[in-house]
Order: sequence, then structure tokens, then C-alpha cells
Amino acid sequence: MVLRSNAPSGPVETRWARHRFELKLVNPSNRRKYTVIVVGSGLAGGAAAATLGELGYNVRCFCYQDSPRRAHSIAAQGGINAAKNYQNDGDSVYRLFYDTVKGGDFRARESNVHRLAELSVNIIDQCVAQGVPFAREYGGLLANRSFGGAQVARTFYARGQTGQQLLLGAYQSLCAQIEAGTVKMFPRTEMLDLIVVDDVARGIVTRDMVTGKLEVHLADAVVLATGGYGNVFFLSTNAKGCNVTATWRAHRKGAFFANPCFTQIHPTCIPVSGDYQSKLTLMSESLRNDGRVWVPKNKKDCDKDPAKIPEGDRDYYLERIYPSFGNLVPRDIASRRAKDMCDKSMGVGPEVGGQRRGVYLDFQTAVGRLGESVVAERYGNLFEMYERITGENPYQVPMRIYPAVHYTMGGLWVDYNLMSTIKGLFVAGEANFSDHGANRLGASALMQGLADGYFVVPVTVADYLARAGQNKVTEEHPEVKKSLGDAESRVSQLLSINGKRSPDSFHRELGQLMWDNCGMARSKSGLEKNLQKIPEIREEFNANLKVVGSSDSLNQQLEKAGRVADFIELAELMCIDALHREESCGGHFRDEHQTEDGEAARDDANFQYVAAWQSAGTGSAPILHKEPLEFEYVHPTQRSYK
Amino acid sequence: MSTMNLVLHVWRQPAADKPGKFERYEVKGVSEHQSFLEMLDLLNERLVEGGVEPVAFDSDCREGICGTCGVVINGRPHGPQRATTTCQLHMRHFKDGDELTIEPWRAKAFPVIKDLVVDRGALDRIIQSGGYISIRAGSAPEANSVPVGKENADISMDAAACIGCGACVASCPNASAMLFTSAKVGHLNILPQGEVEAAQRVRSMVVQMEVEGFGHCTNHLECEAACPKQISTDFIAQMNRQLFGSMLGAKKPVSARRTGNDT
Repeated sequence: MVLRSNAPSGPVETRWARHRFELKLVNPSNRRKYTVIVVGSGLAGGAAAATLGELGYNVRCFCYQDSPRRAHSIAAQGGINAAKNYQNDGDSVYRLFYDTVKGGDFRARESNVHRLAELSVNIIDQCVAQGVPFAREYGGLLANRSFGGAQVARTFYARGQTGQQLLLGAYQSLCAQIEAGTVKMFPRTEMLDLIVVDDVARGIVTRDMVTGKLEVHLADAVVLATGGYGNVFFLSTNAKGCNVTATWRAHRKGAFFANPCFTQIHPTCIPVSGDYQSKLTLMSESLRNDGRVWVPKNKKDCDKDPAKIPEGDRDYYLERIYPSFGNLVPRDIASRRAKDMCDKSMGVGPEVGGQRRGVYLDFQTAVGRLGESVVAERYGNLFEMYERITGENPYQVPMRIYPAVHYTMGGLWVDYNLMSTIKGLFVAGEANFSDHGANRLGASALMQGLADGYFVVPVTVADYLARAGQNKVTEEHPEVKKSLGDAESRVSQLLSINGKRSPDSFHRELGQLMWDNCGMARSKSGLEKNLQKIPEIREEFNANLKVVGSSDSLNQQLEKAGRVADFIELAELMCIDALHREESCGGHFRDEHQTEDGEAARDDANFQYVAAWQSAGTGSAPILHKEPLEFEYVHPTQRSYK
Repeated sequence: MSTMNLVLHVWRQPAADKPGKFERYEVKGVSEHQSFLEMLDLLNERLVEGGVEPVAFDSDCREGICGTCGVVINGRPHGPQRATTTCQLHMRHFKDGDELTIEPWRAKAFPVIKDLVVDRGALDRIIQSGGYISIRAGSAPEANSVPVGKENADISMDAAACIGCGACVASCPNASAMLFTSAKVGHLNILPQGEVEAAQRVRSMVVQMEVEGFGHCTNHLECEAACPKQISTDFIAQMNRQLFGSMLGAKKPVSARRTGNDT
């Protein structure tokens, strides 16, 4: 199969406008005859469902949470980028496009990224009109800050709750459509399978998480906006419920999975404190603007009170290795260096699993330079959050930080219309692979989710519906019955194993393996070890899983078990992808491929492509398809932050 | 690292239409660094080992922003620590030998689904009744064409910080949802964007609140004390003023749209 991106050619500035004109339309009076399923209610899904409802389609929106307002987009803190150039500091759509392609380490599609940059300005207009309370200046106009190493101030924010406020904007628009009757909402409902008939997506199989009832929902098009798969590592900054089941089931039904090994590790998270840990908490990376990162120079000092370690015995390693960027090096570099220090046994904090996993982030210099009140004004809420979790006061004791899994750039492969390799199946937001390449820049995830949801999906789905016409498949179709039957048997299989181990125990084991060998740094031997161990975990899972309770009521163990089963399969694909990509780029760092200075060594000659994997079933080797990437505007260069 | 042993009295209820009761559990070896929900995770892992169905409770982001979690701990929604959701509450606030009573939110409008899990769909229906600004994607004017004074923008943000957890309802002797409803009214009605629909919004939302079976506000102010985001009861006073104002200016009466449980 040849992967066709359907990306327009010609001048990049006019591609989206020309493409949009070429898309087919659905007459307003015909729209209500079409049913569109949207799975997920975060920024991408909530915005898509609301907008399709506004346009007059018959929309069904599903989420596993008890309310669409709780999707994990809500947890984003920092902000959303837009090329408004309100600060008159030289920003432009082209600059945002340029920064994003470069930041993605030249592994994203130029056409998609330019569209994203163009739409960024519409997003801000839309959100302000919805009543999103962005930060403002005294004159009443919108405020901006710089973020994630950008040299312009293009980030819009609402205190430290930008994701929450943008999501509430989308949620309120969704509520208006629910009230208007165009959208029917199904909370506490999870998708267990995609229904595909003659290579076309025709609906989904869901489980009502309260009654346990499995149901078929048919539609003319299906949009998956189900987020990323960071929870494959068990410990991540994702919400506990985030899972890969919807996209993985679609993958098993024929949708290609692209660049699964591209995961992002965020450098400033609160370290693991013990074996009971259930999730990790991120703190805004703005902390690195004034905090200094260090570890002791001598191993014997690692368990000492940091206040008693004299200045001369501290290694401010980021300032030492990267004199020009210092503590502000990009996320992937800051993360990797912290891991290096801890692997060399220079880490601080409690030993967990035989290693101290933490480095200091120290505000003493900042307090001395600016005074405690200025530091409190800038970071007070973050310091409070840190103290709430650790019981330590960062004004007195340096913070301890360690990297954590935060975002996944990989996802289902989509063309320029955000349609997957299955006709009629669209994928939006973090669930797709499209815009961030091998590394996502700060404040870009919210932008992509909303661009896809408000402005791309509504018009590209219309084009598809206009071409494909209405779905004639009924619930009696053998393929529909088979999907329902398969989902039923997967549920009863999980309940019938009756072994000894909980779903969480498998999830923790898998997560540790992935973190050790497919996390911040990967090697051939480590990945091969994983590829040997993961099938063993799968076998053990199938033989020794224990799910207490029944399938006909709320059963959180059963939900977890189904998700862990899919994570185990995904983990294998991630390792296969990481092993095949014999280069280092963005969030993917292979020990074998680094420069003399220990930086990522990209191999453009051999790996300037999207790796899209086709499923061949459990335990069979997936088939690799390549979509070559071309860079007509932003020419690949080596990143340097020294 | 110090650990503690606790005795828990946990509300167990198999389903909405079945009776519930407190069960006593002992949890040993709890670390002070564990969060309250991680302590419940530990209890559940041990229950599963013993073949007992674990305690159902809601949680998701576990960083205090999604509003999914929340239980009543010794009579206090979200427990003893001020401005803290249950997921952010850590065990260092308890001591060895403590006995804790753990219950779900209790309100007529929040039927129990199972154990500590309740149905808060009523809050969604209040927002659906008018807690939004009618704006179609694509029709928005240029963002800076409507300035909003910083003071009003900040007040709007103070109200918008509500996470919709329902602790205000659980803490109120009348199980009123006034703090929740007034937070949304306070968020939108102060903005120029929200002004056109302001009067209709406040009337519809208050009517829906009644339809859902929430009680009236009699100024106990327990809600503000329980709110993990410290939403001020000033927003309730403000909403009441707007409600009266909107009644006087109303061109047509507001009728109840529908009863609950219809999402």
C-alpha cells in the first residue's frame, strides 16, 4: 500500500486555503441526515463535536469520564501558542511554522504544520468569544509570555490553568449543542472496538461503564480524539484513565500506527517517592527560568542535607555543559542529562528501586537576586503544589525534580484531511501523529487539539461525507455482529482467567520495563530485551490475571484489565519502532547514535520518513510502510544549544 | 520514612437501588508520602489479593484539576486540608492509629452509583441550561477588538477556576448547588462577551438547579470552606442580585425544561 498524504503542493502559505476550496460540501438541509461519532471530549474531541453540531450534523460524543468537562486536556498548565504578533516582536505565521518544524527535529509534514500555524490565530479569536478568561494587560488587551525557549512572546495563558479554561470553553459550546439536540452525549462510556465493513469505518462498539452493557453505534463517519498513550509507562503525567484502547483497536482493524516510539519526557516533574506511586505530577517548566539545576560533585554527599553542601561541591551541570543556554536547554536535553547524573549515582532524594532518582532545582540564587516576594509572585502556586505533595518548603530546601513521560507525538497515521488509512475514520489531537514530528514544543498541544477540532475536522469530514454518502450498514450486518461478539468475548475472557495478579501489577511491570529500555534513552540490547520480555508478560497476563467482580456493573478492575491488555500490545510495537529507527531525533534517543558531545545524531539520509505500521495480529511482526518527508521551506539542520 | 496503621470505615453500596453500609478495614504500613487515593489503592490491591471486590471510587488526573475525585473524610468533603482535593491530600496529615470514616458525596441530586461513586450529571445539565456563550466556530471577531479590563478579567478567572467536583453540594446542609452555579454565572456574566445572554443565563440556570433537586442557599457558607479552589460566596450574592434584576426585566417567564437524568 502506498501512503498518500494528500497534502497540497504549491506555495505553503496558500495550501490550506486552496485545499479547503477543493473540498466538497454538504448542503445545510442534508447535514442532519448524517451521523458522526466523536470519541473523546477533550480539546480536539469536544471542539469537533460542538462544531459539527453547530453545522447541523447529528453527533454522538463519547467519553469515559463522568462528564466531558474532565478530559485530560484540562491538566495543561502553561499556555497556547498563536502567531498574533500582539507584542510586535517579529512573530508571524511563518515563524511559528518554522519553529515547530525545527522543534520537531524535522520529522513532521510541512503542510500540516503550516496549517496549524495559520489556524492558531483563529483559535484565540474563538476562545476569547467563548469567554475564556485569558490573562490581560491593564489596558484590557490580551497578555502574552514567552515559553519553551521561543524568542518571541506568543503564548496566551489563563494563570496556570490554560488547559482547563480552553477545555471549559469547548465544553460549554458542547453543552450548548447538547441543549440544542444536535449532540447526544454518552459519558462513562468507553469504546471497545471499531466497526469496519469493506474497509470503511461504520461505527463503534461501546461499553456502558455503569451497567456494563455492550452496544453498537453506527455512523457515517467516526472521529477518534482519544489522546495519547503515555500511560503505557504506568507512571506518567497523564490522568489515570488515559488509555490507548480506542486507537489500538482501530489499529488492529487496519489503521496504521505512526512513529509510536516518539514520546516526550518532561524534565520538571516531582520525583517518585515510593512503590505505591500512582502517577507523576508535572510542574511548569517556567521554573527553569530562575531555578538552577545541580547535583553534588561527590557521591558521599548525595544523602546529605543540601544546605550543608558548600558551593564548591555542587555541580551545576547544565550550566557547565551548555554555557549559552544553561538551565534553559530544551526538554529532551534537560531530561537526558538528569538521567545521566542519576545513572552515575549522583542523584539525590530517597532511593527507589535501588537508585536515587532526583536532581536539585535550587531557587537560592533567585531569592538572593530578586527577593522572596518576587519569587513568590512568579512561582508561588507551583511552590505550594510542591509542598502539598512532598511536605518540603522550596523557599528553604531546594526542590527535587526528575523527568517523567508527558506526551506522545506518535499516534494513528492520518493524511492531510486527518483521515486514517481506514476510510471514514478521522483522528484528531494527540491521538494522531501529524504535527509535532519527533518532539513537541511547549504550548503547542492545546493549539493542535483545537485547530483539529474547531477548524480541520469539521470541513474534512464534510468532504468525506459528500463523497461517500450515507452508511447503509445495519446492526444485522455480519461484520457488525462479529465486532460486538469479539468485544463480548474479550470481556468475558478477562473475567474468566481467574489467576492471582491484579491488572495494576502487570501494568507496573510493563511500565518499568518500558521506562528502563524504551524511555529517555534506548539501546539495541535494551530494546531486544524488551521484545523478549513483553511477550512473556502477555502470556503471564493471559494465564494469571485476576479480575474481581462481574461485567454487569461498575467494575474498575475490569476496565483496567482491558486497557492493560492493549498497552502490552502497544509496548511491543513501540520497541519495534524504536529498534528500527537507527538514529536519534527529538524524543527518540538511541545510545548508539550520538555525537561526540553526547547529543542526538539524526540520520536524514536514511530516516527522513514517517514510520507507519500495519498490524498483522497479536504476536506477528507488524508491516512497515514509509511516508517520505520533504522539506521545501525549513531545511534540516543540527540543533545546537551549547 | 514513617509508616502508619489506619482503621477505615468505608461506605459500601453495590448499586443505586441497593442498600449500603459501612465496612471496617485495617490498612497497615501506609507511608506519609502516599496520597489519600494511593492509600485507597493500597487497600484495594489487598482486597483483590483476598478475592474481595475493591472499593469503587472516582479519580482521574490526580493533580487536583479535573474534579473527578472527592470523598467525605470524617465528615469533611475532600478531607481536613484547606484548598485541597482528595487526590492532593497526603497521608502526612494523618497519624498512626487514626480511624477514618469515608463516604460518598451525599445529596438527592447525586445518586450513588456504587460505593463512593456518585452521578453528578445534574451539574452538567445546569451548564447545558445556559452556562455558555452562544458562539459558532468561525464567527468570532478579532480577539483584541473587545478589551476587557484586567480587574474584571481577573474576577472572571476567579470564578472560572471551579472544577465542578461537587464538594460545595456535599458540604451544604441543604445540598444546594448555588456556589457551583454562581461560579459559572460569575465567570461569564462579567465579560462583555457574556452580557447579551446574561439575564437569560442566570434565570435558566437557577431554574434548572431547582429542577435537579438541589436545595436552597441559607448562607451557611460551608461550601466556600470545602471548595478546593476557594471560590468565594460573593459570587452567590452577585448571582442573587442578577437574578432579581433579570426577573424585573424579564419579557417572558422561564419554564422548567425537563427533569433530571437526561443527558
